[in-house]
Amino acid sequence: MLLKGEGIAREFIRVSGGSNRFTAVQDTDIELHGGQLTVLSGRSGSGKTTLLNMLSGLLPPTRGRVLLDGEDIYSLNDAKLSRLRNRKLGVVPQGQTAIHSLTVRENILLPCTLYGNADAADEEYAASLMERLDIAALASVRPAELSGGELRRMAIARAMIRHPEVIFADEPTGDLDDENTAVVFEFLRSAAGDGAAVLVVSHEAAAADYADRRLTMTKGEIAEM
Amino acid sequence: MSLAFKNLRGKPVRTAVLVILTVLLALTVFAGTLTVSSLRSGLGSLENRLGAEVMVVPYEATTKKSFENILLQGSTGYFYMDKSVYDKISKTEGIGRISEQFYLASTSSGCCSIPVQIIGIDPETDFTVQPWIKKSFDKPLGDCDIVVGNDLNAFVGDTLQFYGTDCRVAAKLEKTGTSFDTTVFTNESTIRKMIRASIDKGLNNFKDIDPEQVVSCVMIDPAEGYTADDVVNDINLHIKKVRAVRTKEMISGVSDSLSGVSRIVGILIFAVWVLGGVILLLAFTMSVNERRKEFAVLRVIGASRGRLARTVMAEALTVGVTGSLIGIGLGLLIMLPFANAVEGLLSMPYLLPDIWSIAAIACAAAAAAIVTGAAAAAVSAYRISRLDTGVILRGDN
Ligand SMILES: Nc1ncnc2c1ncn2[C@@H]1O[C@H](COP(=O)(O)OP(=O)(O)OP(=O)(O)O)[C@@H](O)[C@H]1O
Ligand SMILES: [Mg+2]
Repeated sequence: MLLKGEGIAREFIRVSGGSNRFTAVQDTDIELHGGQLTVLSGRSGSGKTTLLNMLSGLLPPTRGRVLLDGEDIYSLNDAKLSRLRNRKLGVVPQGQTAIHSLTVRENILLPCTLYGNADAADEEYAASLMERLDIAALASVRPAELSGGELRRMAIARAMIRHPEVIFADEPTGDLDDENTAVVFEFLRSAAGDGAAVLVVSHEAAAADYADRRLTMTKGEIAEM
Repeated sequence: MSLAFKNLRGKPVRTAVLVILTVLLALTVFAGTLTVSSLRSGLGSLENRLGAEVMVVPYEATTKKSFENILLQGSTGYFYMDKSVYDKISKTEGIGRISEQFYLASTSSGCCSIPVQIIGIDPETDFTVQPWIKKSFDKPLGDCDIVVGNDLNAFVGDTLQFYGTDCRVAAKLEKTGTSFDTTVFTNESTIRKMIRASIDKGLNNFKDIDPEQVVSCVMIDPAEGYTADDVVNDINLHIKKVRAVRTKEMISGVSDSLSGVSRIVGILIFAVWVLGGVILLLAFTMSVNERRKEFAVLRVIGASRGRLARTVMAEALTVGVTGSLIGIGLGLLIMLPFANAVEGLLSMPYLLPDIWSIAAIACAAAAAAIVTGAAAAAVSAYRISRLDTGVILRGDN
């Protein structure tokens, strides 16, 4: 399994400020391999989220291609790309991302119910994910009653439910304590151990202990550490 | 259970507001349309029941409006003119069919808490009443037989007494939505007997008439080649103390108020529709806007653009169908049992259309409400499907 960014760049038009064409990510080559956990760090505004969105099929690059096992994902139509995101790419977005009308369990199973029904195996896997992430007791609670850390762990379980081939996590431990941070990294590590390619945006010093590879971003340019 | 449904359930207050709006929309369109259509069929029914193109009555009956009030308002009354008028009219040029009628008001009687209008017809010549009482009673009216209007509390076989005359109820008429629903029909000789008795008992304002020598009203259809206007003009020119009126003219007041009411109801429906549409538009826009991030999350976990639009539309349709079902149900609950009250309130002929027309109006009203809701939501559905996920999902904005 290989996810490859070939010379991907993203420009934004800024309404105000000097030059109105602004490059958030410079032409970048990047490869994510199955079984590898990559940690990406960099200052705020350096383009980490922009890069992650492009790689995860959410933001078409201005230039360049994103290839999943050789297939240019942005050449797919929306329905196919959506389906691919659902089956193969797990994303833990930055910030809070709960669907408020659903319970924690329903939120986690949503990627399954979006395309049909959750079967017994899905239910079982959801239960085990909640168990490992220590939110099993909250299964039938609505997101409004959860803490920031609990919501974050719910989002991680949701990203994992389809056994994705690539996992993207954008600052997944931002509002977690040390103990839970360790739990989450163990977790992502074991997903990589199961063969997934994992890309984590993180500033945690502890992240280094789990990384196979470390990248850093500066003003839209990426470099190995 | 679908995501759309869960979304609606998750925000009960917002959902209730949307449903109530749709209920109002469906209810107004349904009740308004049904009212206008009932008034239309009431007017049509009145036109049919009057049955003659020209009517001739004593001059005072038209100046005092008593004639109009009997036929159009359902009040009771009576007036008489000399029988010779009938012969004079018969000799006028252009007369096709002609028949006389006799009016009398009952005092309160066994059947009815209110006085009822009694109309006597000549079974030999009558061409206005018998054709439509035929449905209920297919014989010439015999002596002391009466046919009662639909709103009267009397049934076939009952015996009712008017001015000491025992009458057998031979038939009960179908609902007409007009003053005829509270009228009793009998034949000429029976009503003459009643008029005589009313005078003898001192209950008739006309004290000096001979019931054998009077008529109340002459019904006329012009002969081929003559118009109603020809006949009316001729009679009004040549025969004294009577007045000929065209039926159309007499009910033109009713059709005027009908178009007045139709216009008001039309404006009301339009206003509620526009207002409801705009509020629904705003409500859906707000509801979808405040969930932009949730929709972006759906994109992240693999929902296509079409799927987002369908979720919004499914919410709108669920609201639309629920709201319009409740609205139509409420409309039926209000409009059907209170049809008589509405009739009294508007004091215009009012006849509910048949069940299929009501069903058609209900479907049209429901469709109008659902389509309005769907159109209001379509704007949001389109916009959410254009959502730029990558832009929305950056950080906690
Ligand atoms: N939709 C957009 N329109 C205009 N500018 C944007 C847009 N998205 C991102 N940018 C700009 O691109 C740059 C990179 O943003 P990005 O969100 O990728 O940063 P980041 O590295 O994830 O920062 P943080 O650590 O704060 O999350 C920023 O300067 C930001 O202002
Ligand atoms: Mg970021």
